[in-house]
Amino acid sequence: MAATIKYDEVQVGQEIPAVEYQVRRVNLVMYAGASGDFNPIHWNERHAKSVGLPDVIAHGMFTMAEGGRFVTDWAGDPGAVVDYGVRFSSMVVVPDDDQGATITISGVIEDKLEDKRVVVALNARSGDARVLSKARAVVQLS
Amino acid sequence: MALNRDFVGRTFEASAPYEVSRMKIREFATAIGDDNPIYRDKEAAVAAGHPDVIAPPTFPIVFSLSGAGNGISDPGLGLNYAMVVHGEQRFEYRRPIYAGDELVCTSTITEIRSVGRNEFLTIRSDVTSTTGELVCQAYNTIVERGGAA
Repeated sequence: MAATIKYDEVQVGQEIPAVEYQVRRVNLVMYAGASGDFNPIHWNERHAKSVGLPDVIAHGMFTMAEGGRFVTDWAGDPGAVVDYGVRFSSMVVVPDDDQGATITISGVIEDKLEDKRVVVALNARSGDARVLSKARAVVQLS
Repeated sequence: MALNRDFVGRTFEASAPYEVSRMKIREFATAIGDDNPIYRDKEAAVAAGHPDVIAPPTFPIVFSLSGAGNGISDPGLGLNYAMVVHGEQRFEYRRPIYAGDELVCTSTITEIRSVGRNEFLTIRSDVTSTTGELVCQAYNTIVERGGAA
């Protein structure tokens, strides 16, 4: 396995440009099926509102998966991600329309480790809210 | 109601190994909107140095709590699942997960703590091959809202 990004060409503080990911209701239905998480707060507006939520919200793991996609697309090889962790700090509300919600993810090289590994800190936002905090991936570069 | 601290240290094993299929990886990758050929096309995966298609980094969520589910639904723990939200998640890899892997998952409740009015419960899941090779560890923290009140 080999990342396309070279360790020697990466500097601490270097930014990875933001990418926007659309989330529509259909994406949550697909994610429920693929992941096995059928909690109705992720697809049933009536249920979501009955438990005090503003509307249907995305699975936290869906948002985390988009962060993973951001990192693997940057690194060039999904196998290069050796550690990936997040805290779910706010919810992604997904209205029932053609636009859905937008998750905007950017990154910065936070540290360079031994063995050609780097720490990528992620910033994930939806609307005014920061939806992931303490989001870090350790990536094996070449 | 506070969660039962006696559950800290308890271990739960999935009833059977999880068989990773190319189709399940493809389904998961499609669901997260990721069209990376390394998740779909064996030739592309081999060209990138892998033995077969590999799974996205968050894929273990599909199976890593299958054993722990029995533990956290035990009435003795006192968890009100309707009030649960996902607090934190982490995956630590020794190697990628490949199509064809048969994975054994053992989950341990490592910590229960109160933060304000909420209860935090952390589960570590050790994912190994059927020959005992450690593949990855998943750390899952769930939050029971109002549980500590």
